[in-house]
Amino acid sequence: MAARPAREQLLTSARMARFVAHGYLRLNSVVPDALNDQALGVLAAGVPAVPYGTPVAEAFPEGSFARSLLDLPAIAGALSSLVGPDPTIDHHAVHIRQPQEGQAQPLHGDAIIDVRPDAFDVQLMYYPRAVTLEAGGTLIVPGSHLRRTNESDTGRYQNLLGQQRMVCEAGTVLILHHGIWHSGRRNDSGVPRYMFKIRLNPTVPQVRLWNTDDLGDPAVAEELRTRFPWYEQATGRLELHNRIRLWRALTGDPSFDLDHWVTRVTNRPGRNTAHT
Amino acid sequence: MTTQPTTAEPALTSTVRQQVLVLYLNNSSLDSSVIGWARHDGTGATSPTTGDGDEPPYTTGIAALLDGWRLFQASQLIPPYPDHEYDASFLKHEFLFEKLLNTTTTTSPT
Repeated sequence: MAARPAREQLLTSARMARFVAHGYLRLNSVVPDALNDQALGVLAAGVPAVPYGTPVAEAFPEGSFARSLLDLPAIAGALSSLVGPDPTIDHHAVHIRQPQEGQAQPLHGDAIIDVRPDAFDVQLMYYPRAVTLEAGGTLIVPGSHLRRTNESDTGRYQNLLGQQRMVCEAGTVLILHHGIWHSGRRNDSGVPRYMFKIRLNPTVPQVRLWNTDDLGDPAVAEELRTRFPWYEQATGRLELHNRIRLWRALTGDPSFDLDHWVTRVTNRPGRNTAHT
Repeated sequence: MTTQPTTAEPALTSTVRQQVLVLYLNNSSLDSSVIGWARHDGTGATSPTTGDGDEPPYTTGIAALLDGWRLFQASQLIPPYPDHEYDASFLKHEFLFEKLLNTTTTTSPT
């Protein structure tokens, strides 16, 4: 990838906290029209596969479409904040859902169950053309990324309260935590729907990689406290507990807490209570 | 005495088909609010699928009963496995309902 993005291009702590709570970031119309127009031909022709773990610079040479996409300042800044400098390409894929295609994907998480407590991959999803509700944009379930489920075992769930059915302008990008539940919806429109996905693996510890100038801002805790409509009352509290533990790992601060959730259940006076 | 030939008429066949409604509720009580749902239609009249709507069909499990759905299964309450007390995984409060519908098909005489 290009040189480390400028600090002002990195995510703020509040946006990073939003990612930890929601499991994704959405960058609306971040890709310019010229690149969107180029994308259709590139995606139709197919982007050559690369071996798992290929550095970005080798997978996507300077001047290639995919490299130009990853080097856009907003995208480069977000990726650098999440997975650091020099991530590797896990894999990439072009998804084209044809008009009246008939079937939606079952709700799923990609790859296999992945419960790393202090590391995560991201998946970039790029939409070079506007996506309407009828065109079967990606369905994503905010806040589902820390659930311990395996691939399409969640296929029984057709709809969850507060789900997001992707409707967007051309050039919009999603950056997802690897665990988020999602689905390519049925395309009931008369036009094909295009999406280009790139999964990136970190190569450095994911600790304070973003712009931490606002780490103490109340907006951070506010983002981390987000509850989603599909959470059960009781399990929603466990989500907060698990987010706190992820935030501790990402900030390197084992004392961080929200409303005493983790501190309370690890308080064992006189005993070794190491628990991050 | 003569017998008049009868006119052959199409036969009507009645069959029962099942519609299934799965509701995920906010807690283990049937009167708690709906947070997720799925539908399946054995009549073939509709084809529900992933992400086909943002509005739940009912606000609570009880509301489904009042509309004629019959509850046939509710998830058990299972304690967490030791050392996995803080894990979040599948939705816990799953209720399966059904409606049985008579469908009539016309069969031509052979």
